[in-house]
Amino acid sequence: MTFINYASREINCKIVYYGPGLCGKTTNLQHIYDATAPQAKGKLISLATETDRTLFFDFMPLELGTVRGFKTRFHLYTVPGQVFYEASRKLILKGVDGVVFVADSQEERMDANIESLYNLEENLKAHGYDLMKIPYVLQLNKRDLPNVIPTSDLAVELQKKGEPVVEAVAATGVGVFDTLKAVAKQVLTELRKS
Amino acid sequence: MPILIREQRYHHIKALLARLRLDASARVVVLVEKDGQQIAAHGEVGALDTTSLASLVAGNVAATGGMAKLIGEKEFPTLSHEGDKESIHISVIGRILLVVVFDQRSSLGLVKLRSKQASQELAAAFAEIERESQSPGATSNLPFSEITDEEIDSLFVQN
Repeated sequence: MTFINYASREINCKIVYYGPGLCGKTTNLQHIYDATAPQAKGKLISLATETDRTLFFDFMPLELGTVRGFKTRFHLYTVPGQVFYEASRKLILKGVDGVVFVADSQEERMDANIESLYNLEENLKAHGYDLMKIPYVLQLNKRDLPNVIPTSDLAVELQKKGEPVVEAVAATGVGVFDTLKAVAKQVLTELRKS
Repeated sequence: MPILIREQRYHHIKALLARLRLDASARVVVLVEKDGQQIAAHGEVGALDTTSLASLVAGNVAATGGMAKLIGEKEFPTLSHEGDKESIHISVIGRILLVVVFDQRSSLGLVKLRSKQASQELAAAFAEIERESQSPGATSNLPFSEITDEEIDSLFVQN
């Protein structure tokens, strides 16, 4: 749910990074955090297990700049990817303005991608959202690994509605800001429409 | 539909929070929307990261709400976390969460009582915000209705 505060002249939007376990959702946020100037970001909060697997969510506020005198802030969240964290994953989607689906390009993770994408659609539906209507970007991550599926094949399987598809290597930052830009642009364009 | 907080409403809510802070002898009072967006904060905010606090409070309430449902309750209307020096009390008021951060200058009993007393007015103020946000034409004069692609692109130049 976008918040527009006329007194503090701020727009706040919520973007959620979704995808199967170990696909690189937290790595996306970590890169954005590392590459952003201190004054433009808040803390990166990770509610993770002792082995650094996301337990509940990661959160990071990011200020992009000013549009028409309003500070534009994006609240970036990740969900826990592991299947058994379903209950908490669902909670994070509440009030979402835009979604990034981070797919793991490795051949052996294809089934996990499909399952997670189906799970995203179902959980959005539970909150009254339609994946076909909300701002959405598909990121094909881990393109640097040897056993990856060709992007055209991944797009056939995973692309839902002609959404932007971004190739990425989140660990080195490739495609991370392109992904964020693609989803943020759609969120702001939605505001224009409303 | 976005939630629009007009200046007058914002200042009204800030005044309600200021009064609550005084009545409850609290350090900081924050009003948060259930999805994790901060609506307003008042008090000795200083270095306190109220944006992160808002997000974590919403996550906390969402998680305990999930637990409530598992045991057959609708939700837990209040949550308290007591530390050695600093404590937090959270009241769930419909779609908003009232967060009071307090120290030894106050007590949980006082904070609970004052939070409850302030709830009704805060709920009414937020209901007005929701009503205004949903009213026909509410978004027609948004500053972004004429935003250009170039302006959106310019946000990413520095990144």
